[in-house]
Amino acid sequence: MFFYHLRLARQSLAKQPLLTALMVAAIAVGVGVCMTVTTFLYSISGDPIPSKSDQLYTVRLDSWSPDEPFHDDRPEQAPWQLTFRDATALLESDIPLRHAAMRKAVFTAVPENDDVAPFLTVSRMTPNDFFPMFNVPFLYGGPWDDRFDETAGNVVVLSKETNEKLFGGEDSVGREARFGDDYFRVAGVLDNWDPNVLYYDVNNGPLNPVEDVFMPFSIMGAREINGSGNTNCWKDEIIDTYWDLLQSECIYIQFWAELPDAATRERYQSWLDGYTDSQRELGRMERPNNNQLTNVTDWLRIREVVGDQELAVWSIAVLFLVACLVNTIGLILARFVAKAPVIGLRRALGASRFDIFRQHLVEVGLIGFVGGLIGIGLSFLGLIGVRKLLPDTADVTSLNLELVAMTVLVAIAAALIAGIYPTWRVCKLQPAIYLKTQ
Amino acid sequence: MEIRPILSAMWRNRTGSVLIALQIALTLAIVVNSMFLAVERSQFIGRPSGIDEKNIVTIASNGFGADYNHDATLEEDLRLLRALPGVVAATVSGHTPLSGSGSASGFRASMDEDAPNQSGNYFEFDHQADEALGVNIIEGRGFLETEIISTEHPDSERMPPQTIITKHLADALYPDLPTAVGQRLFNNLGESSEIVGVVEHMFGSWVHWENLENVIWFPVRPDSHRTRYIIRTQPGQRDRVLNEIEPLLADANRTRIVRNARTLEEIAGRSYEQDRAMATVLSVAIVLLLTITGLGIVGLASFTVRQRTKQIGTRRAIGARKRDIVRYFLTENWLMTTLGLILGTVLTYVVNYQLSEMFETARLDVWYLLGGMAALWLLGFLAVAGPARRAAQVSPAIATRNV
Repeated sequence: MFFYHLRLARQSLAKQPLLTALMVAAIAVGVGVCMTVTTFLYSISGDPIPSKSDQLYTVRLDSWSPDEPFHDDRPEQAPWQLTFRDATALLESDIPLRHAAMRKAVFTAVPENDDVAPFLTVSRMTPNDFFPMFNVPFLYGGPWDDRFDETAGNVVVLSKETNEKLFGGEDSVGREARFGDDYFRVAGVLDNWDPNVLYYDVNNGPLNPVEDVFMPFSIMGAREINGSGNTNCWKDEIIDTYWDLLQSECIYIQFWAELPDAATRERYQSWLDGYTDSQRELGRMERPNNNQLTNVTDWLRIREVVGDQELAVWSIAVLFLVACLVNTIGLILARFVAKAPVIGLRRALGASRFDIFRQHLVEVGLIGFVGGLIGIGLSFLGLIGVRKLLPDTADVTSLNLELVAMTVLVAIAAALIAGIYPTWRVCKLQPAIYLKTQ
Repeated sequence: MEIRPILSAMWRNRTGSVLIALQIALTLAIVVNSMFLAVERSQFIGRPSGIDEKNIVTIASNGFGADYNHDATLEEDLRLLRALPGVVAATVSGHTPLSGSGSASGFRASMDEDAPNQSGNYFEFDHQADEALGVNIIEGRGFLETEIISTEHPDSERMPPQTIITKHLADALYPDLPTAVGQRLFNNLGESSEIVGVVEHMFGSWVHWENLENVIWFPVRPDSHRTRYIIRTQPGQRDRVLNEIEPLLADANRTRIVRNARTLEEIAGRSYEQDRAMATVLSVAIVLLLTITGLGIVGLASFTVRQRTKQIGTRRAIGARKRDIVRYFLTENWLMTTLGLILGTVLTYVVNYQLSEMFETARLDVWYLLGGMAALWLLGFLAVAGPARRAAQVSPAIATRNV
């Protein structure tokens, strides 16, 4: 029966090719524009680690100035980062399953081969918990041993690309890599790892690529490594030496904890509150306790990775789709009304209202399906365009299967919505009137 | 003019008429709001930075290893760059203006509790900075070569003896004084520098920052981790110089990495990347929507004409001229368009209000609405003109068929 309807629909649509093309085009363009924008925003706002996003928490303590909140507009938010002192203290807790204090720094990589010029690498300094915590895939080797974290040992995990540049892509585990004047033993090489958003550090460019190398967090203090990335200070304190910076109230450390269940989270929360209480007795943490554990998806929302401007464009894209649908409704209605005599004939020959209804829904569904397929093509072109416009955020705009399926479904749904009213009108026609003029 | 029969025809096909009006209304609301946002972005991108962006190239140099001598490297690099044909001036700098990377701090006119204080973006420059950026020093003077401090200290945020600030910052900090030259500029620790010059206008590093025009210059050489050169060339020489500087510096000294030879235009372009993308996406949407709406009207009008062939023939047979037929369809379309535009005006403001409430976009300027209305009237007219002309070609003889 469905195929019979489909054949009729095809014949009927083929009779007025221009009008059909217009309807299909309106749906295709509407869906294409809307899905281009949606795909882009979805890929930068979607859950980057669905299996664990409710177990990974960024840890924040309100160590800010007693005179003003960190954020004037959002006083309820604790500062985005931690001081070095607090981060070090938090690493002492054994409540979280895993935890990591992190900072970025830039190192000069010097290849063994003299023909290859030295190059700059961005390093993330973090304890080894980082890798299992964020499900980081390894190509060779794995995370370094705990003893490197404990002793600030010279050890490194390379990204696949850095390993390519330094060792020609070979299994380099156990070899020495030179950064600046120091040699670091390679513990592992990452496989391709490309979260759409750098959710573990949205402070320093959420759409940046993953770091080139990873080193123990402990080397930062031990070797006085100048970090890079956002540093915010509120206190007027003299910072002349590296030690001054480590002891200052400046915040520049990102901190994450893996808390597998609610009980652990509550225990950790009260441990944090106890910690800030004890610091208050030492004359720090003069603001009331506001220690926040924020999971991945909430964190991206709070930090507005998708900002207002983007959402404004998205609203317009949705309205755009609605405008295209109204256009299609008008065209479908006109077509169906014109078909009244044929419908009258069919009804007179015994087709039920339901048959007519079904027939026409199949017809608009077909328009939607074809429109959707073309819409996918248009979204694809649209995303290539967006990629051209935003070369620095290129990777976040790949069309995935889920969204392709969604595009077609949206198009069919859109066409059905557009078709329901005209179809209903057509079913209500009195066959007799139209038979007379035949 | 026979409005009555048109109205009654529209009333008989009221769903169709309402749909066209709705389509026009939505199109107006989207086009006007998109255009408004797009133009706002373009104006934002087009703000003058005060810097001679078109003729400037920059390059970064990072020293590494035990053999690297920072001061000697800087002196040799600057000598080579300044001697290059086509180069007007060159300065060393810790950050590049408009690049999105920089340093900011709080500055004040004095240490009094209620003295004006401002956030400002500070740069480490040398004595050729004004020439190298192409900015005007309107009060006082630029830095002298002898004032440039060499520092190996990475975290130095201390105040050097002299400083130069922008007029914008000077006006905010010393509102009552005829000139800021000779005044002292304080940091929050109570250290200060003497202001020796005032720059007419220049942007700092972050193009989206509200205090973008508060710029402070310090006569200090940046440390080895972040050394850049800002080089201004004669008009037309930029691209040649851009290609020459990287090998020039790389060959001169191998104890450092030379990288990111770029034009300032490219750097600024990247800072505005998202704004430009937004403006482009909106413009494309506007064109597509006007096309779809226009074609939709053509489609519906052609359809109506075909539907009413007999009726048109009858009218022609009883004396209507071709002109009357054309006028009939134009008037009908004009009525529907106008109805849509009235509805659309309300919708435009609703959308604009919602956008401004939810996303803090600006409130609409009425000229955009008037422009959008004019555009849609024209579009409606053009779209219906073809079908109306075809309607006029219907032969009166048609009426006699099928009777």
